[in-house]
Amino acid sequence: MAVRGGWREWRRGIQVRGAGRRRDGRRWYAGHIRTYAGAARRRLREGELGPAPALLALAVTWIVFQSLNENFLSPRNLSVLGVDIVGTGMVAVGVVFVLLIGEIDLSVGSLAGLSGALFAALNVTHGMSEWLAVIIAVGCGAVAGAFHGFVFTKIGVPAFVVTLAGLLAWNGLMLYLLGPESTIHFSEDGLVAELTGRHFGSAAVGYGLAALGTVAYLLVAHYDRGRRVAAGMPYRPVGEIWARTALLAVVVFVAVYVLGRFEGLPLALLILLGVIVVSDVLLRRTPYGRQVHALGGGVEAARRAGVDVARMRISVFVVSGTLAAVGGLFVASRLASATQVPGSGMLLINAIAAAVIGGTSLFGGRGSTWSALLGVLIIQSIASGMALLGVQSAVQFMITGGVLLIAVVFDSLARRAAESRGRA
Amino acid sequence: MVQPLLALRGVSKRFAAVQALVDVELEIRAGEVVALVGDNAAGKSTLVKVISGAGPADKGVIEWEGGAVQIKRPQDAQALGIATVYQDLAMCGNLDVVANLFLGREIHRFGILDEVEMERRTRELLQILSIRIPDVRAPLATLSGGQRRVVAITRSFLDPPRLLLLDEPTASLGFEQTNQLLDLIEELRDRGAGVLLISHNMGDIKAVADRVAVLRLGRNNGLFNVSTTSQEQIISASTGATDNAALDRPPRPEEAWP
Repeated sequence: MAVRGGWREWRRGIQVRGAGRRRDGRRWYAGHIRTYAGAARRRLREGELGPAPALLALAVTWIVFQSLNENFLSPRNLSVLGVDIVGTGMVAVGVVFVLLIGEIDLSVGSLAGLSGALFAALNVTHGMSEWLAVIIAVGCGAVAGAFHGFVFTKIGVPAFVVTLAGLLAWNGLMLYLLGPESTIHFSEDGLVAELTGRHFGSAAVGYGLAALGTVAYLLVAHYDRGRRVAAGMPYRPVGEIWARTALLAVVVFVAVYVLGRFEGLPLALLILLGVIVVSDVLLRRTPYGRQVHALGGGVEAARRAGVDVARMRISVFVVSGTLAAVGGLFVASRLASATQVPGSGMLLINAIAAAVIGGTSLFGGRGSTWSALLGVLIIQSIASGMALLGVQSAVQFMITGGVLLIAVVFDSLARRAAESRGRA
Repeated sequence: MVQPLLALRGVSKRFAAVQALVDVELEIRAGEVVALVGDNAAGKSTLVKVISGAGPADKGVIEWEGGAVQIKRPQDAQALGIATVYQDLAMCGNLDVVANLFLGREIHRFGILDEVEMERRTRELLQILSIRIPDVRAPLATLSGGQRRVVAITRSFLDPPRLLLLDEPTASLGFEQTNQLLDLIEELRDRGAGVLLISHNMGDIKAVADRVAVLRLGRNNGLFNVSTTSQEQIISASTGATDNAALDRPPRPEEAWP
C-alpha cells in the first residue's frame, strides 16, 4: 500500500533527523506487550465488569427459586421460560441498539402490539397469505422506526418525545385494527403460531447444533489468534481459548439436554439466539457497529471523524422498530391471537429493563446484545418463579423494579468511575 | 507564481448575534507552516472548523490548489487530505485507541473489521512517531489529558496529511512531547505539506512557523514574516494595543524572543 510505503520512508527520515530527542523504540515496544491477564486486571480495577453482575444475579435468582420450589429448574419450566423470553428478548435486542447511541425508543411496545394486530387483521380479516402479512407487519415496524429516526435526526425533536408520540399513536392504530372485540384469533397451526409452537425433539438436531456452535467458536478464536501471532501482537493464550470453548460447550450441551427432556429445542429460542449472534457480530465486528458505539461515546466527535450521523441514527431506529415488530409476532404467536397486551406498557418496560439489567448502559456507548438475553432471562425467571410460588404480580413488579434499580445504580457508578479516571 | 495549497477568500461566519469571522483572507502554501494567533474569541478555532468542515462558513470561497472547493462536511476536508487536531480533541471516550484512530475510515475485510491490521498499523504508527501509549486497547477515557492529545495528534498522521490543522496542540503536552510535535511539524513541512498552527506559545511559533497570521475580533489584522518581526509587533496586532500591559512584564524564558 502506498500509504505504508510512505510511512517507512518517513520513519527513515525521522531516525536520521531527530535521533537525539527520540525515545528508544525497543523500550517503547516492550511496554506494549502485555498479557491478557494484565488487561483483565485493568478492566476489573476500572469497574468494567462486563456480564459478571448479570450472570451472578441470574444464578442467585435460579438458586433462590429452585430452593423454594423444586419444579423451577425442571425441564418443563425451563422450556416454557425459553419460549416466553423470546418476544421481549427480541424487542430488547432492538432497544440495545438505541441505548448504544445514547438515545431511547419508547415506541417499541406499541410497535410490537401493532405488528401483531396488523398481521392478524391482514391474515384473518382480509384473508391475506401469512407470509405476505408477516412481511408487511415487520416492514411496518421498519418504516415506523425510520419515521421516528427521521423526525429525531432531521427535525431535531428529542428521541424521547418522538417515540413517546409513537407510543400513543401506534397504540391507537393497534386498538383500531383490533376492533371492538379487541382480540383477533388466528390459526393455531399457521406460520406465526408455529414460531413459538415448534420444537425440535430430535436429539441429533439439538446436539448437532450445539456441536456446530462450539466448533465455530473454537475455529474463529483460533483464526484470530493465528493472525495476531503472525502479526507479532499480543494474543490470547491457547489454554484460555480452550477453557472458554469448554465453558461454552458445557452451557450449550446442558441446555440442549435439559430442553430435550421436555419437548426439545424451541424454534423461537433458536431464532432469538440467531438474531443475537448476528447483531452482536454487526455491533462488535463491523464498521457499522463501530460507528454506533462512537455515537454513544460522543456525537460531535463521531461527526468530525466523518461518521454520517443522520444515516446512522435513522438506521438504528429502523433496527429497533423492525425487531419490535418481530418481537410482537412472537408475543402474538404465544397466544395464537393479537391482543392489547403488548401495547399495555409492560412489554416496553420489560424490554428496556432487560437491556439495562443485562448490562447495557443507559448513557450510551457501552453494551452488547447478549445483555438483552441475560436481562430478559432474569426478568422472566422472576416472573416464572413468582407464578410457581403463587405470589401476586404486585410483589413481582416490586422485585423486578428493585433489580432494575440495582442495575441502573451499577451503570451510574461505572460511568462515574470512568469519568473520574478520565480526569486523573 | 505557484498556487497556494489552501486559500480562504472573504470567509465570514456568524453565530446568532456574534459575527465570528468577517471577510477573512488566508493563504497556506505547500511546504509552509503558518501560525495563527489572536486573543481569546478572535475566531481562531472557528476558522479551523471552517477549513475542516466541522463548521462550514456562511460566506466566502475556499480554494484548494487554485480551484474553488466546497467543504460542507468533515468528509469533504478529509477527501482533500486535510487532517485536524481540534482543541477539544473530539474523540470518543468509550472507544479504545485503535478504534478512535480509525473511526470513520475503518479497515475491513468482507465487511468485518480487520482489528489485527488496524492494531498493527496503530502500533507501527505510534512507534514511528515515538509515542508511548501503555495500552492501545484501553478506552480513551482511561488515558490522561496529555495522552489523549497525543492520540489525537497521532490520528491526524494516520494517512500522511497534505494540510494539517493544529488547534492549540501543545496544551497539556510535556516538554519532551512538545519537542516531538515540533519535530513532526518540521518533518511534515519538509515533505511538502502545509501546516496551520494555532498557539499562544510564541516560543513554539518562533521554532517552526514561517509566517504568522493575526486574527483580531474575527478580522485579519496583519500577516508577518517570523524571521523579520518582533514578538511585540505580533502581540500588539493581536491585542490591538501598542502599549499593552502584556508587554510591560519581562518575558518568560521559553517565550524569549532571541
